[in-house]
Amino acid sequence: MGLKRSDRREFLKRGAALAGGLGVAAVKPAMGQTPGNILGTDELVGYGKRSRFVKSVRIPHGGRPSPDAFGLDFHIAAPLQDSVGVITPSSLHYMGTTRGSFVPDINPAEHRLMIHGMVDRPLIFTMDELKRLPSVTRLHFIECAGNRSSSRKTTVQETHGMTSCAEWTGVLLSTLLKEAGVQDGGSWIVAEGVEEVKGASSIPMAKAMEDCLLCYGMNGEAVRPQQGFPLRLLVPGFEGILSVKWLRRIKVVDRFYMTYNDYGNLSQDADDAALKMQIGPKSVITYPSGGQQLPGRGFYQISGLAWSGGGAVSRVEISTDGGRSWTDADIRGTAHPMAHTRFSYNWNWDGSECELQSRCTDELGSIQSSRAQIAEFWNVPPGQPFRVRGHDNSIQPWRIDRDGSVHNAIS
Amino acid sequence: MFRKLSVAYCFVALLILTSCSTVPTTGPSLGTPVSPSQVAGFDLIVGADGNELPSGSGTAAQGEAIYQARCQSCHGADGEGLSSATRLVGGSMQSEGRPIRTVGSYWPYATTVFDFIRRAMPADAPKSLTDEEVYQVTAYVLFMNNIIDREAILNRDSLSKIEMPNRHGFIDQSNIQ
Repeated sequence: MGLKRSDRREFLKRGAALAGGLGVAAVKPAMGQTPGNILGTDELVGYGKRSRFVKSVRIPHGGRPSPDAFGLDFHIAAPLQDSVGVITPSSLHYMGTTRGSFVPDINPAEHRLMIHGMVDRPLIFTMDELKRLPSVTRLHFIECAGNRSSSRKTTVQETHGMTSCAEWTGVLLSTLLKEAGVQDGGSWIVAEGVEEVKGASSIPMAKAMEDCLLCYGMNGEAVRPQQGFPLRLLVPGFEGILSVKWLRRIKVVDRFYMTYNDYGNLSQDADDAALKMQIGPKSVITYPSGGQQLPGRGFYQISGLAWSGGGAVSRVEISTDGGRSWTDADIRGTAHPMAHTRFSYNWNWDGSECELQSRCTDELGSIQSSRAQIAEFWNVPPGQPFRVRGHDNSIQPWRIDRDGSVHNAIS
Repeated sequence: MFRKLSVAYCFVALLILTSCSTVPTTGPSLGTPVSPSQVAGFDLIVGADGNELPSGSGTAAQGEAIYQARCQSCHGADGEGLSSATRLVGGSMQSEGRPIRTVGSYWPYATTVFDFIRRAMPADAPKSLTDEEVYQVTAYVLFMNNIIDREAILNRDSLSKIEMPNRHGFIDQSNIQ
């Protein structure tokens, strides 16, 4: 798509020459390879495992040990640089929690969800009862409000790893709210998990009724303990802290409740706080990205992820000249609402220093801003280092040096 | 976005009204009804206005010993903390670089201090303090921040009336993140 016809011919010609040069001497024919075997243990028969040659792992977010000396800071970032497609494997899904490294060991047979407050019929549900209710399955990203880039960070895992995307299965929260019967004036809910006061957040009723999910399934199996087993609230497109893990209680209330968690919204005005919960349009190139090395000039498929709390991604553009000119990237597959969307762009690197950027537009027409645009909005003098206020959904620049090394280009 | 949500909500609300009034048995009717006393045992949230605060009272003088025994190892003798996350006292929202958020500099409501301590602290044994002890420790934390006197009695009424230093500093986020 990004290749002009002449480029493509050149690419094919060069590819053929490359193959011819290496073919006989260096590459063993596939048929001749004799790998060892992975023994079929009972454990591997029961639950599969990836190849020992695949090393992609999560890392502590923000360069801090995780958990820290007190087991209090447990934020871990997903390896987006290795991702393909749009699903983050459950084992690699980013994680943020206020419970330190302690993950509750919940027996689902004993777990209950209570729904009460300003409702006609306060109810308690067992997990079995929840699974009998009509279910939906949807792709949704979750992103930590603190997922931000800065000049100090090197890789895309460090700059953007606090977001992931999974296929979530569960019951629409609206189904339960209807069962309980929301009373007049019930305009917010407070959702509480086992994290209690630190995991209780106020969510506007309009959002609760629109698309919030009570999830027991993730990527085709039970939600993982680190992600809230046996039950997690999912608030699509809103900052991750609202997607309460180990959910056990929904209280319908008549106001923005200003719980400890809600302090993070930095506003006491209910409408203002609600508007700040939504994640803006965002994208990042995952290949090539910071810390990677291109072997030389020639063909590359630039690839990355785009998402927005405002709905589906409608367009992703690529710049290879530091934001001066933009070309449409290909959207790979279907762009789902509030879900990571894979984009790509076929590109021939000519070996000169250049800067790659991506820019997302969502179905509402909101366009991802550059750091320069945000700086201008806040009257930060050009060239002065600054921290993006609120959610950071700014455009991420990657610089490729002549030696093929890729670097974070934020100054 | 929110206009869109509101419209959607009105539509859903209309559906609820319709379904409840005309065909009450169409829902799955799963779940077990809960009595108010069952809810009470579960519902420990205290909102900003303090309406849900329990009975009981305490002073900082009474809370000092509990603080030293149960809180000091992480929060320090004077609330200085072992890290920014455990600091309770001092700091400023106007600091250069990242503001330092503590109970004194950041929290807009004293009721949340009670709520937080009652449900989340001490970190190694949450909910092990009695309501009386929570009032006492809350008083001590506020005392360390020079918000109340050492002998001031905290209870449902007096705690709700406390005006925190950052009570009105919360709307403008421009200096905060």
